[in-house]
Amino acid sequence: MNTPISWIKAYVPDLDCSVQEYVDRMTLSGSHVENAVLLDKNLEKIVVGKIEKIERHPDADKLVICQVNVGTETVQIVTGAPNVSEGILVPVVLDGGRVAGGHDGSPNPENGIKIKKGKLRGVMSYGMMCSIEELGSSRDMYPEAPENGIYIFDGSRNVKPGDDAVEALGLHDAVVEFEITSNRVDCFSMIGMAREAAATFEKPFHAPVVKETGDDDDVNKYISVEVEDTDLCPRYTARVVKNIRIGESPEWMKRRLAAMGIRPINNIVDITNYVMEEFGQPMHAYDLETIRGGKIIVKRAADGDTYHTLDGQERKLDHDVLMINDAEGPVGIAGIMGGENSMVTDDIKIMLFEAANFDGTNIRLSSKRIGLRTDASGKFEKGLDPENALAAMNRACQLVEELDAGDVVGGVVDVYPNPVEEVTLPFEPDKYNTLLGTGVAPETMLEYFRRLEVDYDPETNLLHIPSFRQDLRCSADMAEEVARFFGYDNIPTTLPRGEATAGKKSFASRVQDTAMEVAEQNGFSGGMCFSFESPKVYDKLLMDKNDPLRQAIVISNPLGEDYSIMRTVEVDGILTSLAGNFNHRNKDVRLYEFGNVYLPESLPLTELPDERQRLVLGMYGEGDFFTLKGVLEELFDKLGLAGQVEYEPSKAKTFLHPGRQALVMLDGVEIGYLGQVHPMVCENYDMRKCSPYLAALDMPSIVEKATFDRKYQGVAKYPAVNRDLSLVMDKKIFVGQVEKIMKEKGGSLLESIELFDVYEGSQVMPGKKSVAFSLVFRSPERSLEAAEVNTIVDRILKELEKKGIELRA
Amino acid sequence: MKERIEQIRKAAAAAIENAEKMENLNDVKVSYLGKKGELSKLLKGMKNVAPEDRPKIGQMVNEARAAIEEKMKEKVDVIQRAFLEEKMKSEVIDVTLPGKHLESGHRHPNQIALDDIERVFIGMGYEVVEGPEIEYDRYNFELLNIPANHPAKDEQDTFYINKDILLRTQTSPVQARIMETGRMPIRVIAPGRVFRSDEVDATHSPSFHQVEGLVVDKGITFADLKGTLQQWAEEFFGPDTKVKFRPHHFPFTEPSAEVDVTCFKCGGKGCRMCKGSGWIEILGCGMVHPKVLSDCGIDPEVYSGFAFGIGLERITLLKYEIDDMRLLYENDIRFLKQF
Repeated sequence: MNTPISWIKAYVPDLDCSVQEYVDRMTLSGSHVENAVLLDKNLEKIVVGKIEKIERHPDADKLVICQVNVGTETVQIVTGAPNVSEGILVPVVLDGGRVAGGHDGSPNPENGIKIKKGKLRGVMSYGMMCSIEELGSSRDMYPEAPENGIYIFDGSRNVKPGDDAVEALGLHDAVVEFEITSNRVDCFSMIGMAREAAATFEKPFHAPVVKETGDDDDVNKYISVEVEDTDLCPRYTARVVKNIRIGESPEWMKRRLAAMGIRPINNIVDITNYVMEEFGQPMHAYDLETIRGGKIIVKRAADGDTYHTLDGQERKLDHDVLMINDAEGPVGIAGIMGGENSMVTDDIKIMLFEAANFDGTNIRLSSKRIGLRTDASGKFEKGLDPENALAAMNRACQLVEELDAGDVVGGVVDVYPNPVEEVTLPFEPDKYNTLLGTGVAPETMLEYFRRLEVDYDPETNLLHIPSFRQDLRCSADMAEEVARFFGYDNIPTTLPRGEATAGKKSFASRVQDTAMEVAEQNGFSGGMCFSFESPKVYDKLLMDKNDPLRQAIVISNPLGEDYSIMRTVEVDGILTSLAGNFNHRNKDVRLYEFGNVYLPESLPLTELPDERQRLVLGMYGEGDFFTLKGVLEELFDKLGLAGQVEYEPSKAKTFLHPGRQALVMLDGVEIGYLGQVHPMVCENYDMRKCSPYLAALDMPSIVEKATFDRKYQGVAKYPAVNRDLSLVMDKKIFVGQVEKIMKEKGGSLLESIELFDVYEGSQVMPGKKSVAFSLVFRSPERSLEAAEVNTIVDRILKELEKKGIELRA
Repeated sequence: MKERIEQIRKAAAAAIENAEKMENLNDVKVSYLGKKGELSKLLKGMKNVAPEDRPKIGQMVNEARAAIEEKMKEKVDVIQRAFLEEKMKSEVIDVTLPGKHLESGHRHPNQIALDDIERVFIGMGYEVVEGPEIEYDRYNFELLNIPANHPAKDEQDTFYINKDILLRTQTSPVQARIMETGRMPIRVIAPGRVFRSDEVDATHSPSFHQVEGLVVDKGITFADLKGTLQQWAEEFFGPDTKVKFRPHHFPFTEPSAEVDVTCFKCGGKGCRMCKGSGWIEILGCGMVHPKVLSDCGIDPEVYSGFAFGIGLERITLLKYEIDDMRLLYENDIRFLKQF
């Protein structure tokens, strides 16, 4: 909402403060200022000058030498402007003054342009005559300004040489842009903002005085109104203006509209726009001669109807679009835009004025469906006060009379079957103070309320809420009004008392923190990926057409196909990030991510999906499968799960190398996987010649079993007996299988097994490998005899022999 | 005899003094203290000494031996020390070469900011809780006083799965879920991922994070809200941080406020980061709307509360002076390594 301060002052004449103070205090009382533009920024020493005499420049065809009367003296100015003539009044910036910008339309410099006297082709010039652009404005605001050349004051501006030209142009003003919150519909109007300004600065507020208008004629002879769908149109008011005299609006009105960014057109159009800004109530004007049957009917359109709006476009309608009809058919889309067939033209003679109240939600949804959002629909969709409609109507008719734009017909048609009921609230000062933590005196609160036009009746202890304050409905709302005017700054700062609570994180967060630390200690950096992705991901990951993980939740209104499904597989984000790094030639990249996958119970979704947090580790460059496995082992060790995890060779993950992947099993249940990325997947992610590794873990499964509890196991008192075994076996046998047999047969005295060598090559038979282990035996109760250790080792070897595993010769 | 001993002692001392290397010292040792050395020779000549003088002479010889040994020991130390010095001179390293260390990974800046926020609130007695990212309309809107067709629903550009289920647009639904449990008092923060259909650009992302805060108890006031956020801001941004509360509107709080802190780059003087104002907007907050309390089963006549919502990315970008939000999601190692 843009508000020129000059317009606000029309209702709060005593408002007297700097722009900065205005901005600051309005913000602190709840009207947040987005932006404030000083229209006279960088305009210095600019006066009205009268060109007394023009001579040719001796050395330049395009320049002339002007003698300009600037009130106190006559100065010589050399100009190239094409539109100068003797006797005209123009804005002149004097030597040492400043203008906002150049006249070529380029952006204005921060500190404007300083103007100094100087020679132009050998002739002294003591200033400059200004175009409207040089004054920091535009032809949108000053349509009378020439397209090319200096601004010329016409007779309507009562100016004389030496006057402040900035003042004469109304540029000693600031346009303040407020961010209005959706609850304060009343503030989308100049009157509403003026009321806030008056309350904030404790100055009297003068609402426009609306006088009785109209002649002896009767509006009912011209028009009748019927509202069929009162749910969508709670109020409809209509008046008639005859003998229309189209003309220009007065300067003050044009200026105010221009400051709002509305281009002045003619008196009738300008009045409807002016009242819309002043009262926040959209108005519409129909050519009454086009209204068939002297009748307005407000009702829903039929599905499939079409209609030509006044911008010449054909609009598709449906049953939920409210239409304004005459006796024979539609003449406008209610609250959104009038029709081509009823629009006001320059030769209009008699006009129907409409100020109605339409259901905000319906207007918002209709305007969305039709694809047409206008200034009017933008106001209506906020949900306007029906009481305001008639006030605005009468204000518009008053302006018609004041501007002599036509003759207002007496009377008003007002269809308002269910007038809004006045809202009252009990005055509860203690409650307000209790909620705020303040001690504001009740009389002070009532003073705040009075400024907001909230009346108090001491007899009943009731506050009477004005109809335009649709946001005041409970004691908390009133407490906020107290807080705003008492000042949020003045409310004390305390800390909550009451029962002390222990600050804590969930166990799951603690597990996550541990995992982050382990990942980071191992060189992995934290990444962050989107939760939605493309359905093409499944093909990129070579997943089977019938893979149940393809059953993903689909967003009904996504930003595009690439962001249309909620991920069910956790690796796409990290793979994409690895590829990005690889293609930027970053070396040795290690990333981790904590993110959710979203697994629906069934589709379409009827209940919330299972959101499972996954830890994904991805790396390329230095390191291999076992580097990654080492990270997982360290993590499980930290989480007290080292003994419960096994790595099972697998071919299950289509996006991993079939010979280089393992499932991570916790107590026999799959909780994740790790492996080298399948070369074709690398290609799909545009990282050929890169061999990344991935690991993923399902965090809830880990959290369920993780523990930070440790019990002291004692330090061994008796010596250990070591046995190194060098074994020869088939290449296809995994070390894990061998270890499993050793553990089974080793019994409780086998303390540890450590793999210390794996060898494949010329020293062993083809198809075989040599694997060496160091076994440690120990009893917590006594020193072991060599013989009993030998027995155990024999038992192990005997079992291994069954698999064709033998001691290396 | 006595003179002889003294002579040997002096000669030995001189020889030790002149020795430059360990070999020289060894020679000295052999020729004076060895089996065929001077002192041994003397002892062999004892038979020529009167028996009554023998103990005295013996003692003198032993004293001389001890003195020579002592001298030698001193000299050994000197020579060894000199040798070590010489050796170390050849072992000079270039201390300006870079240090070696285990290359650790780096935490994501968003996570660092979250860790910092959590730490402060945990210290103030808050529990960290979470809620689902795919959420019912009821929790995301309805229970937060945003009924069907409320314009705020449009403002938040919601991603819908269907008419009842959506991607949460805010962490506020966690408020409703916590209040519904009925456990009092409530003092929680709820960080998490939220979604809005904004196209990706330097300042927008369809997916970002918020940190919700909620306190509900008997007698909670707006002054408590101010004090809490003031304390948090001082601990998070630094002790000189000032906080400004501006009235605002949110459907689920009343009164509501937006909160600015003094710009942490310029300290309030005005700079490019704060667009010259000296203040930076960091969060929205307010007293929990009585309708929200009662809809969640809490009697607003007995309990009151406050809530706040911090935009995590906003704080991360400002705190680390990151000029493009897209960097947070690209996971380029050259970016991540800087934190």
